[in-house]
Formats: sequence, structure tokens, C-alpha cells
Amino acid sequence: MSTETVKAAAHRVCETTGLSIFLKAQFFVKINAVLAVIFLLVGGIAALLLALTRWSNVMLLNDIWYYRMITLHGVNMLVFWIIFFEMAILYFASTTLLNTKMFSKKLAHVSLALMVAGAVVTNYIILKGQADVMLTSYPPLEAHPLFYLGIILFAVGALLVAFNFFATLYIAKKNKTYEGSMPLVTFGAATAAIIAVVALLHGAAALVPTFFWSMGWMEMMDPGVYRLLWWGLGHHSQQINVAAMVSVWYFVATISTGAKPLNETVCRGAFILYILFINLAAAHHLLVDPGLSSEWKIWNTSYAMYLAVLASMIHGYTVPASMEVAMRRKGYNKGIFGWFAKLPWKDPGFSAVALSAIIFGFIGGITGVTLGTEQINIMAHNTLRIPGHFHATVVGGTTLAFMGLCYYLVPLIFQKDFYMKKLARIQPWLFGGGIVLMSFGMSFAGTYGVPRRTYDSDFGGAILETGFDPIAHIFLGLLGVGGVIAFVGLLLFLVLIVTAVFFGPSIKGQKMPTWQSAREQKMTDDLISIGYEEEGKDYHIKTPGTIVLVLIFLLSFAIYYFANWAALADLWHIR
Amino acid sequence: MSIFHPKGNWYRPPTGAERLWVGLALAWCLVMSITMPWWHFQGKQNAPQTTYEVDPSAFIQRVNQFVETNRVGEINNVPIVEPEPGGDAYLLGQMWQWYPVLKLKKNQTYRIHVSSADLQHGLSILPINMNIHVLPGYDYVMEITPTTAGEFSLICNEFCGIGHHRMTGKIIVEET
Repeated sequence: MSTETVKAAAHRVCETTGLSIFLKAQFFVKINAVLAVIFLLVGGIAALLLALTRWSNVMLLNDIWYYRMITLHGVNMLVFWIIFFEMAILYFASTTLLNTKMFSKKLAHVSLALMVAGAVVTNYIILKGQADVMLTSYPPLEAHPLFYLGIILFAVGALLVAFNFFATLYIAKKNKTYEGSMPLVTFGAATAAIIAVVALLHGAAALVPTFFWSMGWMEMMDPGVYRLLWWGLGHHSQQINVAAMVSVWYFVATISTGAKPLNETVCRGAFILYILFINLAAAHHLLVDPGLSSEWKIWNTSYAMYLAVLASMIHGYTVPASMEVAMRRKGYNKGIFGWFAKLPWKDPGFSAVALSAIIFGFIGGITGVTLGTEQINIMAHNTLRIPGHFHATVVGGTTLAFMGLCYYLVPLIFQKDFYMKKLARIQPWLFGGGIVLMSFGMSFAGTYGVPRRTYDSDFGGAILETGFDPIAHIFLGLLGVGGVIAFVGLLLFLVLIVTAVFFGPSIKGQKMPTWQSAREQKMTDDLISIGYEEEGKDYHIKTPGTIVLVLIFLLSFAIYYFANWAALADLWHIR
Repeated sequence: MSIFHPKGNWYRPPTGAERLWVGLALAWCLVMSITMPWWHFQGKQNAPQTTYEVDPSAFIQRVNQFVETNRVGEINNVPIVEPEPGGDAYLLGQMWQWYPVLKLKKNQTYRIHVSSADLQHGLSILPINMNIHVLPGYDYVMEITPTTAGEFSLICNEFCGIGHHRMTGKIIVEET
């Protein structure tokens, strides 16, 4: 690190990693992370109420509040929590990892103000009961104009952060604050930022005219066109989450085990696949929509999505393989899985990320690709199978990975230590386990056709009575139990983070306290202190454990995929 | 390290186990890419394609005419309507019911026109669990052949206002 070039900007050197942390950027990392966690709490309370309502023996809320809470939950979790946290990642990855100050502090303040104003306005109008339209706000369903305006303000703020990020990359390059190429984590963050720009432009195309319509200035947008554009926002946002999540996987893999990417070309190539081939994946939300041809649907799902799927499958190998190599370099060479058992499972940052990768891949990924198949979607569209899938990607995957990152963010950026470390160690398991149960409950209830976004699974008061098999209600119970467990895990996370950040012992000027034994930490430190090594230096180390893991994954994928085709063949004929 | 800067020319194609996995993953993606179009030609269950533009009021008129001509009974004040096998049938999604009740014959093919009078709806046929999306202004034509007999429920699975969870309907399929 050349310190001369950064003298102008106030910074400190991290005692743990040796990286420079710029104080202005650090402020925006902190404030965005804190705001993210606040909205996580709001969304989490709504989640608990929803789980206790879909649990058909409990049915806690009334119908009005159930629909209001879904809207609140969706907006706070999928938009405010995740994007505020991603903004923190962008500020961190562009400054500390590139050894540069941020491009513009003023711009950062403006974007922050816009995002906070947007989030507050949207939450206000939802809680006031004037925007019971769900996150998707499909016209002709109409919300109060402030609902659309709030989201637009928030999106503009996020767009400005992305601009600030790119400008920071530019000045780092121009000022030569680093040698060689940008680190993989920054590359992943840049991937997320590029996709974010595309997503937000789609969002503007859907929501700005809809806002004008709600003001009476314009005709209503065609509902089919709205869905196409809105999912250009909705689906791309998930790809922002995936790119950010995978960057966090790489970051935590390095810092907790000393892993390094096996092959920069492959890892970066996979990120580029996300940028190039996710563009049309909005299609798999429209697979059983009128007005679109099968050619359009099949081309846009298989061609575009499967190369993005390929990217995730590549990361699904490279991340564990890099850890396997690191562990074998430390001498954990016993058998195929000896290294796996010796991974730092006692470190909640690591276990959260490991669980995130497993839940994202085995549950979220496999179900997502399968349900996103044109024909299979006939038996999944708008059933609980869909939230069963995306809670495994965006909660079990992204949120859990971000929680894992927080176990490093607090000591490294806030320079505080945790209380209740024993509880911290079980937190990722509690939250991840709860989400897995809930996701299973949703998915299996969905195979009976139980709809998502529906208050009463018994359809009480309908003109023509109907209902579900009792087994479907057992799965709704599982959904409820899983949701409660996950909420306890979420609450524990918040308690740990808040007590550490506000009341925790300061560790300024010290190394981050380790979660591992001193001996293991020393081995990890030794690997990290090597810094960048020439490619292929440790390539003679084989990764048999990871190969077995990914083959198990591929087998599970194939079984689930073809089982769904088999189930499809039993349906009525339709074309 | 993923947090440090690679230097020099770090381009290197994948080798060994990594190359094996990239190849396997790509092969699997190709299998999935081929399965979808293959089923499109060979499979019996495909997403309907035929769509006509329609004004909601015009569609309601067609539904009413269809009900008048083909009415065969009534259940809870909802007309039961039996279309000609091979012919057109109409199903209207509205806040908050599927209208009318359709009476079909097993193994006969029908062209069921589905549209909405108001908001977006999700047509879900239970317990077989078949689902399509319904938009106002779009006349979506399902060419459907019931292969099992019995009484089937219709529910709505797209949020359509406060009565959404009371929006139901029915299809009766008779043995031939």
C-alpha cells in the first residue's frame, strides 16, 4: 500500500487487514448499515405477523392488516434493508479495497437524504393504509401517489450512490492508488452496481408513468407492459443481491479462512455472465402471462437465464474450493472432508456465509431454475412455491450472507466487540434453520396449490366453497413455526449488533478478536499476509471434497428438475 | 486474496477440477435449454399463447351472451354453463368471483377465453394446481382438455383487493 498518495484524505490503517479505511467513506458505510438494520427490524416484525397469519390455526391478523403487512414486509425487506446494506458494501469496496478516498462526500449526503426520505414516505403511506397494493403494485390496483414517489426518490438516491461508486473507481485508477487490477470483491461489487443501474432504469420506466397516472396526469399504463417493465426492476434487483452476496462470500472466505480465488479469470468471467445474461430473466415472471409468445418466453428464460445459472454454479464451486485449498495449505489434509470439519464453524461470520451458500444453492437455486421453466411454471405461478423459492435465495442466501458480513463489519469498521459470543455462534443456525423450515412449508403447501398473498387458505365466506387437503395446512403450520424461529434468530442478530455497536467494548488500535483458537487464527493470518500471489502457485492442491459437494448438488438439481416434469405430465392438457 | 490486487497478466483458462466443473455445469444448462423447446413440441402441457386484445366491457358482454345460450343450471345463484365440446367458452375474473361455473366433458378440448373485468387476477384450478395469469384488456385463450373427471375449484392467486381470499369458482368435469 502506498501511503503517499492518500495522505490528503483522512484515513486509518486497519490493524487486522492492513487496509486503509477512509474516515468519510467509513461514515457512509456505518450510516447505511445502521439504516439497513433499522428497516430489517421493521420488515422483520411484519414477517412475524405474516407467518402467524398464514399459519392457518393461528390467523393472527385481520384481512386488512394482513395485506398491509405483506406490502410493508416486501418493501422494507426487498428494497430498503437490502439496498441500504448494498450501499454500505459499495462505499466499502470502492474506497478501502482500492486504497482511495471517495469521489464526493456531498453527493453521498444528497443520495443518503433522498433514500431516507423515500423510505420514510413509503412506510408512512403504507401504514396509513393508503397503499395496500403489495410491493409489485400491479395496475389497475392504485396506491396513493406518495407510495410511488417514495420508491422513486429512494431509487434516485441509490442511482446516485452507484454513480459515486463508479466515479470513485475512476479516480482510484487515475490517481494510481493501487497496482494491478481491482480486487475480486470490488469487481463483484461493480457487477452489482452495473446491474443496479439497469434495474433502476427499468424501475423508472414502470413507476414514473404510474406515479403520473396516480396524480391524474396520464393514462394508466397497460398492465402487461407494466409487468414486463416492473420485473425488469424486480428481477434485476435479485441479481444485484446475488452479485453482492457472492462478493460477500469471497470476502468472508478470505478473511475467515485465508482463501484466495483459485482462478481470477474464472471468478470474474462468472460475474460478467451475470451482467450479460440476466437482462431478460424478467421473462420468468411472465411465463403464464397473456400476450407473449412461447418463443419469446422460452428464448428469454433458457438462453439468458441459464448462462446466469452457469455463473452461480461456477461461484458455487470456486468459493468452497478456494476454502478447501486454504485449509489444505494449513495442513488439514485428512481424507476428502477433513478440511470441511475443520472450517471455522465457531465464527458466526463464517457459518452465516457457509449456510448462505448452501441454502442459496441447494434450495433457492434449484427451485428457482425449475420453477422458472416455462411449462413447469403452470403448476407454480403465484402459489406459495414462489415465496418458498425466493425466501431461500434472498433471505437464506443474501440476508444471511449480509448478517455474516456484519460480524466483521462491527469489529473492523465500528471497532467494537460483541457481547454474548456464545449466542452469536448459534445465531446464523437459528435464523438459517428457521428460514429453511419456512421455505419448506411454503414450497410444499404450494404444491397443493395454496396461493401466495392470500389471507385465508380456507376461503371463508366465498360464494362457492373450497379448501385444501389437511396436509397442506400442516405445511402452513411448518411455515409458521419456521417463521417464528427465523424471527427469533433475527431478533438475536439485532440484539447482538445493537449491544456491540452502541455499548460494546471499544477495540480501537487492536486487532479484531478472533473467534477461532490462536493457532488457527495465526495460520489464517499467515495466509492473508502473503497478499496477492501469482496465479496457479498453489494449483497442485486438489479439491476432491468440493468436487464431491458439487456433484451431490448437480444430482439433487437433476432429480428435482425431472421430478417436476414428471408431475407436469399428470396435468390436464393445455396449450 | 479476494481483497488484494492481482498483478501482471493474470489471465488463465480453467484447468483440472475447475475445468471439469465448468464443463459439467455448462452441459447441464444445455440439457435444461433443450428440454423446454422439446416439451413445447412433444409435451401436452404448455403455457397458452393465443391472446386477443379486448375491452373489458366487450368481454363481459360476450360472457353474458355465452351464459344465456348455454346455461344448464345454477349453484348458489351462479349459473352453470355447458359449452359445446370443441367450442369456445368464457370465464370472467371479477372482484370477487370466477363467473360462470363451467361444465365440461372429460377428454374433450375447449377453447376457454379468460379475462378480467377489473384488476389483475390469477386463475388457479384446484386440486390439480394449474395456474395462469389474467389481465384486464387481454383475452387469453386456454385450449384445455380435462383428463380427469370431478368437481374442480377455481381460486384467485393474484391479490385483487380486500375480498381476494373469497374469490372462487368451479369447473365440473363429467365422465363421457
